[in-house]
Amino acid sequence: MIEYLENIIIRTLCRFLIPFIQLFGLYVIAHGHGSPGGGFQGGCILAASFILILVTFDLAEAKRRFSEKLNNFFNSFGVFIYAWTGWMCLLLGGNYLDYGKLSQILPVDPVKARYFGIFSIEVGVGITVMAVMVSIFHDLITGGKHEEVSE
Amino acid sequence: MKILAFIATLMTGALLIYATVDFPDWGDPNSPASLHVSPRYIEKTIEETAVPNMVTALLADYRGYDTNFEETVILTAGISVIMLLRRPRK
Amino acid sequence: MIEYIIAKYNYWGYILLMMIGFYAMIGKKNLVKKLLGMNVFQWAIILFYVSIASKKGGATIPIVMGAHGHYEPAQAIQFLNPLPHCLMLTAIVVGVSTTGVALALIIMIHRRYKTVEEDEILESLEAFKK
Repeated sequence: MIEYLENIIIRTLCRFLIPFIQLFGLYVIAHGHGSPGGGFQGGCILAASFILILVTFDLAEAKRRFSEKLNNFFNSFGVFIYAWTGWMCLLLGGNYLDYGKLSQILPVDPVKARYFGIFSIEVGVGITVMAVMVSIFHDLITGGKHEEVSE
Repeated sequence: MKILAFIATLMTGALLIYATVDFPDWGDPNSPASLHVSPRYIEKTIEETAVPNMVTALLADYRGYDTNFEETVILTAGISVIMLLRRPRK
Repeated sequence: MIEYIIAKYNYWGYILLMMIGFYAMIGKKNLVKKLLGMNVFQWAIILFYVSIASKKGGATIPIVMGAHGHYEPAQAIQFLNPLPHCLMLTAIVVGVSTTGVALALIIMIHRRYKTVEEDEILESLEAFKK
């Protein structure tokens, strides 16, 4: 009871703050074309929200929110999105990562097609950076074991 | 041992300061870093790609290969930490 | 002499930071302190490159303002040099990855030898025993 009452301020505050941190991370990724930001920066902010769950609550709660199988999937999904965009440009008759050729499947002119190509690879970079930061932190804190971390 | 390390640090620092004699001044618009390919990137970003942020357009469009393999570096670091530290569940 | 110091004092500041990291890498015996020295060295080099990108005379950040409406064509004298910023993003991420893998290696060394001091590890290696 005493231990629960010690942490109640921090736990209530972080439970309120974490969705807003994630919203800000998605904003930084999506507005990378018009203000300072982009894929790497937004991915680190998203990873910080998941690390905050592990720091304030315990390991079981963190694994319930973002399980290990989902983490292993998102590790390589971002690199797949990046390579898929480049591969589509190769199939449509250009060089690898030549976004002007994407105007054959999107209904825009070649200059605007480069805009959408840049946006899609920024999303891929953000997903991979988020998943790898959370995975490295979990492994370093628990030392590889999957039992409960001592408080 | 620490005295030796301190003397080596001082000598390296003195050599590096001596090497900054013929560096360009701080904030010089005609320094070699700002002259060869960088004005082309600044002037042609808006008309070739429709992205106002020059650093994002450079990183993702003009130098897209570097970013691709750098993301692979992040993935490799994540995989190597998993291989070093995780133990299989019984 | 005063103009010479004012023109180049940013290089001297970053050389001072580099030498602090360098002394920590070679003069300390704890493995974690050596790793932190390497991290300080890396950040000094990154800041050194970013300081090369500045321009005097009212240059602003490399984002074209008002680009979705009416804008005037960008001239190279008005904006900072964006190329070192782009290269240093890659360098920051490589630094973070190296620090993560080095910390995992230190955990494995601690499990095997029960210590993180360099001279105690060297005493208990079989190759150094006579």
